[in-house]
Amino acid sequence: MVPLSYYLVLSAILFACGVAGFLIKRNIITIFMSIELMLNAVNLTFVAFAAELKVLSGHVFVFFVMVVAAAEAAVGLAIIISVFRTRETLNVDRVNLLKL
Amino acid sequence: MHLALFFIFGALCIGGAINLLVQKHPINSALSLIVVMGSLALLYLLLGAEFVAAVQVIIYAGAVMVLFVFVIMLLNAGEEEVLPRTSRVAITLGVPGLIFGLAIGIWVIARFAGLDRVALGGPTLANGTESFGNPASVANLLFRDFLLPFEVTSILILIAILGAVVLARREE
Repeated sequence: MVPLSYYLVLSAILFACGVAGFLIKRNIITIFMSIELMLNAVNLTFVAFAAELKVLSGHVFVFFVMVVAAAEAAVGLAIIISVFRTRETLNVDRVNLLKL
Repeated sequence: MHLALFFIFGALCIGGAINLLVQKHPINSALSLIVVMGSLALLYLLLGAEFVAAVQVIIYAGAVMVLFVFVIMLLNAGEEEVLPRTSRVAITLGVPGLIFGLAIGIWVIARFAGLDRVALGGPTLANGTESFGNPASVANLLFRDFLLPFEVTSILILIAILGAVVLARREE
């Protein structure tokens, strides 16, 4: 069997990649994909702990996280389309009305 | 065998995640994200989570990523342009904030390094471990103990659909 810590390290690496993408990327769609990557990393942690502790609620929580992620993707992409219609850009640096 | 499969698909996961960061065009990032999600589904299977693996492929690699690719093509997104850094707040607070965050992280690691394994409670399986993670056992839990949250998520999905329709509608 694979030790639990291997899964946790893999999940941490994936989450770190998501955070880095969120901070580095300037395209709003890629930033959104980084958020999905972070959610997936957390899901891996849930499933790994569920398998280690023999508790099934982890799988149910993953299901709820997926539902929330799907709802978030639908609303977020609609917002992106709306922003593109008004600002004609996908670059977050150009969406700067509230910037200091 | 498990260890070999874990390393193969774990490496595929990390490779896809790094490729997502490196690629300039959003469609390439979306395709590498599909690689990450497919490998994660395989890792879920290794952990005995059959239901979660199937849902991962259907919802994430299927529905959500199709939505992403659809929006990328709808908006005709090109390579990202890099503007010069103009945020005065980031220039002023960047280095102190980074140092503060690192200090907090090191403090948390040092504080919790010596703790024992935590024991989490929750409903456990009654009928052995053979059926652990298959759709029947997950459904038993989902439709009995988590029935109210399940119904609430259906309302959430409904509101999300309405919100998406309202937001993406073209103004007259």
